[in-house]
Amino acid sequence: MDSFFSVLDATIRVATPLVLAALAGLFSERSGIVDLALEGKMLAAAFAAACVAYMMQSPWAGLAAGMAAGVMVALLHGIVSIGYNGNQLISGVALNMMVSGLTPVLALAWFQQGGRTPTLDDAARFRSVELPVADAIAASAPLKALFGHNILVYLAVLVIMAVSWVVYKSRFGLRLRAVGENPHAADAAGINVKLVRYLAQSISGALCGVAGAYLVLAQTGAFIQDMTAGKGYLALAALIFGKWRPWAAVSGCLLFAFTDAIQIRLQGSELPLIGSIPDAFIQAIPYVLTVVLLAGFMGRAVAPKAIGVPFVKSR
Amino acid sequence: MQISKKRGIAAAVMLMTASASWAFVPAVVYDQAGKFDKSFNEAAYTGAERFKKATGIAYREAQIANEAQKEQVLRNLARRNVDLIVAVGFSFTQAVQTVAAEFPKVKFAVVDDAAKGANVQSIVFKEQEGSYLVGMAAGMASKSKKVGFIGGMDVPLIRAFGCGYAQGARAADKKVEVITNMTGTTPQAFNDPARGGELARSQFDRGVDVVFHAAGGTGMGVLQAAKDKNKLGIGVDSNQNHLFPGFVLTSMLKRVDNAVYDIFMAGKNNTWKPGIVTMGLKEGGVDWAVDANNRKLISKDMEARITQARKDIVAGKIKVVDYRAGNSCPVQ
Repeated sequence: MDSFFSVLDATIRVATPLVLAALAGLFSERSGIVDLALEGKMLAAAFAAACVAYMMQSPWAGLAAGMAAGVMVALLHGIVSIGYNGNQLISGVALNMMVSGLTPVLALAWFQQGGRTPTLDDAARFRSVELPVADAIAASAPLKALFGHNILVYLAVLVIMAVSWVVYKSRFGLRLRAVGENPHAADAAGINVKLVRYLAQSISGALCGVAGAYLVLAQTGAFIQDMTAGKGYLALAALIFGKWRPWAAVSGCLLFAFTDAIQIRLQGSELPLIGSIPDAFIQAIPYVLTVVLLAGFMGRAVAPKAIGVPFVKSR
Repeated sequence: MQISKKRGIAAAVMLMTASASWAFVPAVVYDQAGKFDKSFNEAAYTGAERFKKATGIAYREAQIANEAQKEQVLRNLARRNVDLIVAVGFSFTQAVQTVAAEFPKVKFAVVDDAAKGANVQSIVFKEQEGSYLVGMAAGMASKSKKVGFIGGMDVPLIRAFGCGYAQGARAADKKVEVITNMTGTTPQAFNDPARGGELARSQFDRGVDVVFHAAGGTGMGVLQAAKDKNKLGIGVDSNQNHLFPGFVLTSMLKRVDNAVYDIFMAGKNNTWKPGIVTMGLKEGGVDWAVDANNRKLISKDMEARITQARKDIVAGKIKVVDYRAGNSCPVQ
């Protein structure tokens, strides 16, 4: 039973940055802007968070810096794809490459430790939340799996609820979806399409910022070159398989993290009946299973209609 | 006046390049993990710096940003009158073989893998011997009698670390259980600290209390997780004891610095030869690290037993099995 809670614990830890990035992508894509730049936004945020948290010795300052960096990259993506009607795919890929190259260079210039930042002290990181009943939590596996996380994990849970409310129940959400489905109709109805898209980009950047900051401030304690290691693309895949819906995308991320946690624990152990199988197969399980399950249960994914099409106001 | 000045400068520049081409110019190329990875590449850098200090000869350096740049970077250096190029990391093997064939006059060396070519030298290490020693330390330091190994990319070289480690842990205590995880199957697996931390935590949940990483930048996450969870980590390649003093039991040293220094020196003294050089405990290629940062973690008894095992390996009394010899490990 303990191992089950250990898996649950790991699932929540691993899924958090994926969930945040997937929800970030949701805003951008629902507004009609393809968001391949999730990876770059996270990486920029991770870097900014590491630098500022180190210099200010405060995780909150790091988080704020991460969000600011995420928004900056997102607005660059916005200027290219909204302001200048550029190709959104190319803008996204270019931003990823730019951030991947720029961050280690800046780190080298500022800290002289190559493409990395100095390791953060405990005071500059988000540790497990200190509750009055902390001792009971540390002793009990089920409680620890649910309540022994850092504050960003709980923030992510709030974000999931907030996002699903904003997208489906708020006025902004309605406009967001309208702009992503039929910008010309939205425009005729008096909605400022470009403004809504810029706002969506900013929110996307801020959420990616939290995801990137989480990698550094909660999980590892230092920035390392390309440390996002494909998490942005994974989140994007979860979003698409989840048909651009918040809860479905979140369950995709959770599913991936869950199978990944099991996969880690299966490596090298003998399975009943089958015996031992090469680790490479076991390592592929999360990816294969996530794709199969999501594709099987979710059916056909229909993208927002106006996605990837620059909005040119008709005269 | 203007023109003659320019001509003068041009002539001076030509003269300088001409004279430079007569002197010995070595170069070192780092892989994706980067020059200051606090691990493998940094050790190469240390060796090159030591050479510079000892001889006063400057060296050139380059770093690749992705797989595709390997050949390009090697070619660029070879074209620019570099005499000897040391490529750091096994992932360079193919690229070095290709480029070395194009530049028969330039000397090439690959650290960490056997490459072919009439102008190529390969340095390989007996990782299993150094890993055996830190495995013994882990086996003796573990209270739960469960020790962990976290590898980066799943290749025989990394498996050799894990295999030597397991043999050492078993030699220290027959009851010790070794839990092994690999980060991934691509070079990216050396650069994913978040995943490294996660793998370490999964092992701690299974009762492991000492974890050894052979995973480059990913290992930074492993050592951080060990510190966060109040367990012990074991560093690799460079001496990583100082990263989290009191939480890093020891480090398995791969003396890439010695290797790079030796290659540069041989190049300078014209004693350089192509072929494979194997560096084990005996040749000063691998070792374990004890310093002020981990002194308190290593008991007298532990040190005595490890020192004895070290002597026995050097003398050939203990034979540590190399995973790469038969792609299998005698100890699970």
